[in-house]
Formats: sequence, C-alpha cells, structure tokens
Amino acid sequence: MHPLAKTPLHDWHVDQGARMVDFAGWSMPVQYRSIVDEHLATRRAAGVFDISHMGRLRFDGPGSAALLDRVLTRRVSDLAPGCIRYSLVTDDQGGILDDVLVYHLQTPSDRLYHLMVVNASNRQKIVRWLETHLATADDVQMQDRTEQTAMISVQGPAAVQIVTALVSAKVSDLGYYRGVVTEQFGRPCTVSRTGYTGEDGFELIVRAEDAPGVWQNMFRASRGTGIMAAGLGARDTLRLEAGMPLYGHELSERIDPYQASLGFAVNLKDRSFPGRDALVRIKNEPQTLVRVGLELEGRRVARQHDRVLRDGQAVGQITSGTFSPMLRKPIAMAYVQPSVSDLEAPLTVDIRGRSHEARVVPLPFYKRPTGQ
Amino acid sequence: MQKEGITVNEEQLLYSSSHEWVRLREDEGGKVATIGISAFAVQQLTDLVFMELPEVGRQIAAGEEFGEVESVKAVSPLYSPVDGEIIAVNSELPDRLETLGDDPYEKGWIMKVRLTDESSLARLMDYSAYQKQCSEEG
Repeated sequence: MHPLAKTPLHDWHVDQGARMVDFAGWSMPVQYRSIVDEHLATRRAAGVFDISHMGRLRFDGPGSAALLDRVLTRRVSDLAPGCIRYSLVTDDQGGILDDVLVYHLQTPSDRLYHLMVVNASNRQKIVRWLETHLATADDVQMQDRTEQTAMISVQGPAAVQIVTALVSAKVSDLGYYRGVVTEQFGRPCTVSRTGYTGEDGFELIVRAEDAPGVWQNMFRASRGTGIMAAGLGARDTLRLEAGMPLYGHELSERIDPYQASLGFAVNLKDRSFPGRDALVRIKNEPQTLVRVGLELEGRRVARQHDRVLRDGQAVGQITSGTFSPMLRKPIAMAYVQPSVSDLEAPLTVDIRGRSHEARVVPLPFYKRPTGQ
Repeated sequence: MQKEGITVNEEQLLYSSSHEWVRLREDEGGKVATIGISAFAVQQLTDLVFMELPEVGRQIAAGEEFGEVESVKAVSPLYSPVDGEIIAVNSELPDRLETLGDDPYEKGWIMKVRLTDESSLARLMDYSAYQKQCSEEG
C-alpha cells in the first residue's frame, strides 16, 4: 500500500486534533470537532476548507484551448481570460469520467494559460486520458501542479470580508465563476469565486510552501467573523444540501450527463469529443434514470446503495444521504425511473431491511437567502 | 429516575471490544447487566441524529445486534455484550441523544438485561484493557 499523500496543511490539521481519513489516497481532515458545527458556521459566517487534494492541471502553449475543446463536453476556446467554466469529461460511450472546472487565466505579466481542477479520485485517470490526446499535440504542455500547490476554499457570507483582507485583488468585484491571478502578502495567489457549498465563496490556489502562512494569516485576520476550519464531512453535507453531485456517488462512468441533470454542461452542436456521438443518441432516446432529491420521514438516514421503491417494486437507488443540519431532517439524492420522479411522488426507501416513507422534493434542498 | 445508591465509576465497569459498557448488580432473580456505550465511542461518533432501542422482553445473545446509533456521517450497530432477557430500556434517550455524551455511564444507560448465561462476561475487558484498546484506535 502506498503511503498517504499529505497536503501542506496536514500538520496543522493534526495539531488541531482533526480526525484524519484516507480520501482518494490523501490523508484529509473529515472533521475537527463536529460536522454539524462546521456546517452551520459555513452557512452563518464562514468555513475554511483545505481542498489541496483536488487535482490541478496546468496547460501552457498556443494549442491548449484547442486540446481542451477536443476532450471536454463544453467548448472552452471562447472563454475570455478571467473566466471559469464547469464541464464534464466523458468516455466514448458518453459515461462521465469526471466533472471539472476549467479556468482561463492571465498572469500579471500577461501570460495566458488554462487550468483544470479535477476530482482527487480521478486525477491519475484524467491525466492518462489527457496524455493520450496530448500525444498528437506538440503546441501544448500539460503540467500536473497538484503537489507544488495548495488549494483553500473559503465559503459563507463572511467569505468576501475574509478574502478581501487577505489578497491584493478587489475580490468583492469578482463575478461568480471568475478568477484572477493576484498576490497575498507579496506571494502569488489565484483567487476564484467558486465553491461547492451553495454559499458565496472563494477558492485560493497558492504555492505549497506558502499555504501554512496563508492559512494562519486568514485566521489571524478574521477574528470575530465566526470563521471555522471545516473538514470533508461538512463539505459533503453542504454540497448535498446544495443539491450538487459528487463523483463516485451521483456521477460515474455508468451515468450519462442527462441522467445526472447536467445537460447544461454538454454542448453537442458542431463539436467533436469522446462520447459526443453517443450523447447525441442518448439525448434523443427516452431517459432511463433521473437524479432526484428525496426528503425522508423520521430520523433514519438513507445511505448510498439503499434501494428506492414504489408500491414494493424497486425503482431506483440512493447515491448520497445525510441528516440535513439546516432542515433538520434526512435528505438524499437518488436515481429513479422517470415514471416516479415527479415532485411529491411518494416513495419508500429500504434502509437496512426496513422501509421508510420518502417524497421527491426540488433540488437544491437548501438555497441561501437572497441578498447575500 | 431509578437510583442505585452507587456512584458510577467507569473504572469499575466492564467493556466490550465494540465499545459497550456493562455494570452488573445482583438481585433476587440473579444478575442484571446495565448496558450503555462508552464516552470514547460517543466522542468518536459525534453529531448523533438517531438511535433505535430494542423491545423489552426480547431474548438476546452476546454479540447480537440490539439497536443502532446514527450520526450525520454513518450508522453504527450496537451489540449486546451479554446473554439474557431485556427487562428495561431507557426510552427517553432517543429524544435526548445529547445525554449519551453528557452522562454516558448514568443517565445515558441504554438497556438492562437479566443474564441467562454468564459465560460471555469472561470475554469482556476491564477498564485498563479497554483504555489500551481505545488508545490504539484513537
């Protein structure tokens, strides 16, 4: 067995008494004290997450946009500098290999490049996939920058205030899904207005050696804001309340983008990428499964692989479930047959041999108050 | 609230490897075990949201599942450390899950079992052996 990879903030997590777990080959904090406290701090003030395990691939050279266009379900060659786009990588059958963010960035010295942030669990797979496509392109250099950099996510209503105090760029003016290469105390730092919690927030990419300093500066500069370090446990409950899919749960190679309600992230017109022709066909066929949100009666929590039933017949499967800290009830996402996917459809979930009432509800489960 | 006239001392309890504690007392009908889950286990679980108790009157074997505690993150089955008949359950507990953390060895008791066979007691650990297990897991 390989030793677990450690992020540059690993020692800080351990010093704080975080519970560390193996996540995709990384030793990561699942929680410091309480998942619920970390979740609520993020909704009410700010949660700060070490997400350095996420893969960061950099593409330099005149051919980088063209290369990315050949592998992504969405075009990125039309992305203006400073813009970020969510996209998928699909296999030849249209199955989802990963969901990614692609940044088009401009350094202060006006050098342009692309950055792709991929799931930790898919990093090696995507690097290999891209390398097979790179073989034909001599005007692109791909570098896996994951281990030379760190990534920190600051999420919640206080995130603007916290990140403003930290970096040179005026981040309050940064639009959603926009990014900028700036500085934090004289050190390079890429800031984007992105996140995975349903809150306003930012993700920072810094050099690995600068990460502990950035982290400390952030806590020092944010006293009194209600800022709290949050682990992967809260990251999961937050994204679930926000109705966001997670690779390995809602997304896999056996799921196509339309089943996952990610049709918006697929552009088929005048395009050529792996899976494109399969997706044209899939899009025109009746859908076999639909991703839905469920609310359950009682307090027992449905978990991945639990069966969903209608009148005793299996009609689907749970992909993620938790007890929602904001709604104070069990919530879940599932794939079900389209015939039972209407809102309010009464279903049951088999939780370890006992059936529990559930109903289809709109996603997201939780939406932050407007004006934040 | 039932008072047993003794101060609970966690050093005098017996423990199972699956983190249940056992307190034994004798009455006219034989040995009765009061069973709960250890402070260490509750601390490891965190963010409890649900608990299921067994039925009073049920016969239970050592190692058999008798209920579950569920946290935001995961569900954990509870295993009986003894053989016998369940004669009482702490029915207030599911509505006051915080009691499991606040007072795990007294108000946080889960069930009482009248022993039908004492042989399983030999497989339980004393406090120091249990502490050793916890330090290895923690």
